[in-house]
Amino acid sequence: MTVEKLSLREYYGKTLVQLGGENKDIVVLDADLSSSTKTSLFGKEFPDRFFNMGVSEQDLMGTAAGLAAGGKIPFVSTFSIFASGRAWEQIRQSICYPQQNVKIVTTHGGITVGPDGPTHQALEDISLMRSIPSMKVIVPSDAHETVAAIKAVLDFNGPVFIRLSREKFPVIFDETKTFKLGNADVLKKGADLTIIACGLMVHTALEAAGELEKEGISIGVINMSSIKPLDRSAILAAARETGAIVTAEEHSIIGGLGSAVTELTSENIPVPVVRVGVRDVFCSSGTAEELLACYNLDKNAIITAAHRALELKKQRRV
Amino acid sequence: MKFTDNIEELKEISRRMRIDILKMLHESGSGHSGSSLSCIDILVAIYFSKMDHSPDRKREDLRDKFVLSKGHGAPALYAVLAECGYFGKENLLTLRKLKSKLSGHPYSCSTPGVEVTTGSLGQGLSQSNGLAMAGRLNGEDANVYCLLGDGEVQEGQVWEAAMSAAHCKLDSVIAIVDHNQLQIDGAVENIKNIEPLSDKWAAFGWYVQDIDGHDFRQILDAIDAAKAEKERPSLINAHTIKGKGVSFMEGVVKWHGTAPGAEELEKALEELSAPAGGGK
Ligand SMILES: Cc1ncc(C[n+]2csc(CCOP(=O)(O)OP(=O)(O)O)c2C)c(N)n1
Ligand SMILES: [Mg+2]
Repeated sequence: MTVEKLSLREYYGKTLVQLGGENKDIVVLDADLSSSTKTSLFGKEFPDRFFNMGVSEQDLMGTAAGLAAGGKIPFVSTFSIFASGRAWEQIRQSICYPQQNVKIVTTHGGITVGPDGPTHQALEDISLMRSIPSMKVIVPSDAHETVAAIKAVLDFNGPVFIRLSREKFPVIFDETKTFKLGNADVLKKGADLTIIACGLMVHTALEAAGELEKEGISIGVINMSSIKPLDRSAILAAARETGAIVTAEEHSIIGGLGSAVTELTSENIPVPVVRVGVRDVFCSSGTAEELLACYNLDKNAIITAAHRALELKKQRRV
Repeated sequence: MKFTDNIEELKEISRRMRIDILKMLHESGSGHSGSSLSCIDILVAIYFSKMDHSPDRKREDLRDKFVLSKGHGAPALYAVLAECGYFGKENLLTLRKLKSKLSGHPYSCSTPGVEVTTGSLGQGLSQSNGLAMAGRLNGEDANVYCLLGDGEVQEGQVWEAAMSAAHCKLDSVIAIVDHNQLQIDGAVENIKNIEPLSDKWAAFGWYVQDIDGHDFRQILDAIDAAKAEKERPSLINAHTIKGKGVSFMEGVVKWHGTAPGAEELEKALEELSAPAGGGK
């Protein structure tokens, strides 16, 4: 069976063009990667509202802050590592602290950036953005959710970070998908354990759940695209009802979705949470698929983590 | 390896390096063709003529150093390092592959001869300054070469480092801009103009020379003059052609980060098949 795959950044670019036609306050900024991030589509359509800042990410974020202070609604794009890394302090000081209405939409997040190697693989971006007060952090799981999220954040006044990827993602939702900050999708109810995932790992989680069901284990799957704010009630319900959680993200196990879920459960309903993610290492060059397998971001890694979580749950009972 | 000042010999090495670059990029299926071809003549001049180095020397030994600040030109650096004997040529065909010695961008922990780690633009000149300052503290008489892209100089850090080098009188630093007039999204002039580039560096306190970055005589002479300059760092503004040496890649934006397919490789290799000589 072949799964349909769609490019999140392609859909992002097209959505920007649509929104740009409807709302003249939207401006778009990029840093010499518009052909990759697909903001070039907006640039072609609305050249006077498109600013290619060149290879200057700090300048990029500061300029966006100024445009927002001047009443515009900037969408800012570049690769995730250069936005969240190089321009972190500009994002904190010039955008988040003064509550500027800037939408940062990055592409090439995670390990699936592939052959460019570790300098280009953003594995700390969610962590870096999540730790800034008031920043909203969204990691869509497919192209349709990307469109929904882009449209939804336009109705919200304040800084937002949306992380997209280089690779096409398997399609999970259809065009009717909606997005609301702080709302997760319970894709599957289960009794024994819940997998909470974001981004590319949502599809992988569904596959892993299918395998685990064959072993007679009842698995729930949640798409937690809204990493900040988290859907607290969905997570706490999963903790209460299934008593064991696995998190899965294409990110370091430090500071991302796994950490966010653990922070919430440990202060409320402390159940075992086993995190699937890159385990505090710099990775390698390679193809997306090779890297996902090599750094334990595949179906098997989730299955192993599920068994470990179930074992911990059993130990707690005795 | 053998050092030479003979222009014809250098041209011939460059020709072979271009072939290695294209073959490795084809094999990897991704990577920066235009960017590597644009700077290979400069790298060949540095590594085979002017730089005091050898694969036998250890990290702590006295030697000149090279920093590829425009790290995406890695294939050019890898081809030259292999030719110099820093590692076996068979490694070249593992470029960008899983667990290869040759990462997509230069990584000092995995590739012998790679001095510092680059790939995120704008960070190489500061590291070069640091190397030069360490060398001065150690009482060494050694140069640090740093190759920058012309799009790369849009990064603020480059100018912070430019001020530092001048302030600290780091005359051992020789920075070279691969001035090919193109970046990813188009012409540098249209994305964010950097001109007058030479005047800017001069105003920052650097000794500046403008040269044709594919003319070996000019590259060698400029490096000699830079080495002789005392009390201030040197900037060589090397005017180049992106994709130089492969007609259909020359000056074409698309070839910035694209690897040649089978047919394109064949065409390119045909163009590069005649031993260097004739022309410039
Ligand atoms: C900090 C940072 N931002 C963006 C990139 C992505 N990027 C790679 S090459 C490049 C363009 C560089 O152009 P230039 O310096 O002119 O290099 P060349 O023409 O020699 O390839 C960009 C934007 C990067 N590697 N690092
Ligand atoms: Mg250039």
